[in-house]
Amino acid sequence: MNKPSDSAAPDFRNRDIKTIVNAGLKRRHAAERRFRWYGLIAISLGLAFVALMFGNIISKGYPAFWQTYVQLPIRFDPTVIDPEGHHDPKAIESADYAALVRAGLRDLFPAVQGRTELRALYDLVSSDAAYELRSRVIANPALIGTSQEVWLLASATVDTLVKGNIDRTLDETERPIKDNQVGWIDKLQASGKIEKQFNTILFTGGDSREPEQAGIRGALMGSFYTLLITFLLSFPMGVATAVYLEEFAPKNRWTDLIEVNINNLAAVPSIVFGLLGLAVFINFFGLPRSAPLVGGLVLSLMTLPVIIIAGRAALTSVPPSIREAALGMGASKLQMVGHHVLPLAMPGMLTGAIIGMARALGESAPLLMIGMVAFIVDVPKGLMDPATVLPVQIYLWADLPERAFVERTSAAIMVLLAFMVLMNGLAIILRKRFERRW
Amino acid sequence: MSTTTIEIKTALDTMLKPNPHVGKQSSVEVTDYNNRQTVGKITVDHPKMICRGVNVYYGEKHALKNVGIDIGANEVIAFIGPSGCGKSTFLRCLNRMNDTIPVCRVVGQIKLDNDDIYDKSIDVVQLRARVGMVFQKPNPFPKSIYENVAYGPRIHGMVNTKPELDDLVRASLERAGLIKEVEKRLEEPGTSLSGGQQQRLCIARAIAVDPEVILMDEPCSALDPIATAKIEELIDELREKYTIVIVTHSMQQAARVSQRTAYFHLGDLIEVGETDQIFTNPKHKLTEDYITGRFG
Repeated sequence: MNKPSDSAAPDFRNRDIKTIVNAGLKRRHAAERRFRWYGLIAISLGLAFVALMFGNIISKGYPAFWQTYVQLPIRFDPTVIDPEGHHDPKAIESADYAALVRAGLRDLFPAVQGRTELRALYDLVSSDAAYELRSRVIANPALIGTSQEVWLLASATVDTLVKGNIDRTLDETERPIKDNQVGWIDKLQASGKIEKQFNTILFTGGDSREPEQAGIRGALMGSFYTLLITFLLSFPMGVATAVYLEEFAPKNRWTDLIEVNINNLAAVPSIVFGLLGLAVFINFFGLPRSAPLVGGLVLSLMTLPVIIIAGRAALTSVPPSIREAALGMGASKLQMVGHHVLPLAMPGMLTGAIIGMARALGESAPLLMIGMVAFIVDVPKGLMDPATVLPVQIYLWADLPERAFVERTSAAIMVLLAFMVLMNGLAIILRKRFERRW
Repeated sequence: MSTTTIEIKTALDTMLKPNPHVGKQSSVEVTDYNNRQTVGKITVDHPKMICRGVNVYYGEKHALKNVGIDIGANEVIAFIGPSGCGKSTFLRCLNRMNDTIPVCRVVGQIKLDNDDIYDKSIDVVQLRARVGMVFQKPNPFPKSIYENVAYGPRIHGMVNTKPELDDLVRASLERAGLIKEVEKRLEEPGTSLSGGQQQRLCIARAIAVDPEVILMDEPCSALDPIATAKIEELIDELREKYTIVIVTHSMQQAARVSQRTAYFHLGDLIEVGETDQIFTNPKHKLTEDYITGRFG
């Protein structure tokens, strides 16, 4: 090879092959190193942005998991709760518990006089405090007549100040809390009557106009019911469609047309599905607005093409030799699919389904069209109850001006992200479980 | 006989049989088979399968042209020929595996014993239980060794109890000469075996349903010489019970395992004969060229 040949060979024949390769070697290695660096830079940039996003959300959202409470001396005055003395549950239920809270506040600050001053004082405690006292008395009527130190929910402005989100140096007129209120709060803090407790209301409460009483339970349940419908409809239908189109359908113009349409559906903007749902499910079929059932139907429409496409890809990735083996044994087509092809394609199908579901969980636009954007205080108890979903709740809270809603928005985002991570984890577990390790 | 005549005959055949899957052929007497292109005797004394006027089309492509041949009971017949000659295509006609290819069209008559296998009354499921198949690449199911062999009997409902099934699985593995190697690891995945063992597992799987004919499509092309030797030995033993049709690229293999050999060339069945005669004294020029290695 290295020897120059006698005939009229091209020039490089006369040169040593080693020198030719070595000449280019440096360039090749440099290209490889460069490429590796590009990859590293891309990954680091990506990770940096993810870290930035998570850092921002978590730093904004974590205070929402703690809520400020005020300890008040409450005298469960029988003349207020049960003036007649009949122990009538109805009377106890409708008694003026807010008066007890007000009395407690006056007891703490006896020096406060005058309507405006008093109103400012009463504003320190959330309106939820009265409901809290009522439920305590109903649960334990023996409280009537006693005096207790009770931790009650502070108002959102107090919470914001305690969390350090209000600038005390600003002029009184420019902040939501007055100087005298700041003074009282400082006094309470000094005497240990203000403390931050874990915010259970965030997880047990529905939406509310008062930030300190607003929770994501309603949105969570709404999301749960909606996704339940979505999964129950789109997974069996998607898998069946994928199997039929891939394994049974004749390959002709009609199936081509269907295939093109399914692929197009996957690319349709989600809001269009919302409009479709509004026109078909609500206007034509007369289903109720804001219901998880309708939301689930709309999201199924959106998720179906994703599941079908992923399912078909999973089916085509099953080696044809397995099909031949089954058919060669005399298995019918359905047996071939049911016994061999589908089990092998299942991990891929599940992955597709869960990716589709995760997308549905994060979807808000189509749900806006079918009325799931309403302000709903009650936690939905069924598929027909008005509800909203987590991303829409985030959207709603992000719109509100109160400072306390900002941290709640971030907290809701954290919960949503946690669910996403959970679902993806589930996808991995299911995949591992169904995957044949041989 | 000139090629024009063949073409006319083919066209006639096609016209006579508008529906390729209905065996109307039986009522129409076909052209004299002694006066055809195939050299050698295509008939045998005790035929298991009788194929007459078999044409296969892949869309526009005429892949197999008017093939007629008998497959004798308890014989090993080898199909040889260069790549793309139609030997695998013909093999796959024998258990209707070509049905799975949408553009493929089969015309002609293939009889298993006295049943036209392309007749409407014959279900492919039943046919494939009678005509088993072993493929080029070992393709055990991604299940345990036991499940691989038990699959056929199970779907056809051949056994009722678990002990019966156990016996059948063991017997099949025994006949495939695999039992000693896998006796203690029946629950291990079939794909954990070596290539040659996998292929014998596939043979065990095929004979578990006790077929009448076993089709083998280049069963040793993915195996090393030792594994090949084992399979060839096995084929020889299986001949006592089954009729075996084997497609092979190796002429030595055809010479070693078969009693009769058929040579295919570009979709034509050129020559059929006793294996000894084909390899020592081929009558057709193309056969001679191929076995002497002038092309192929």
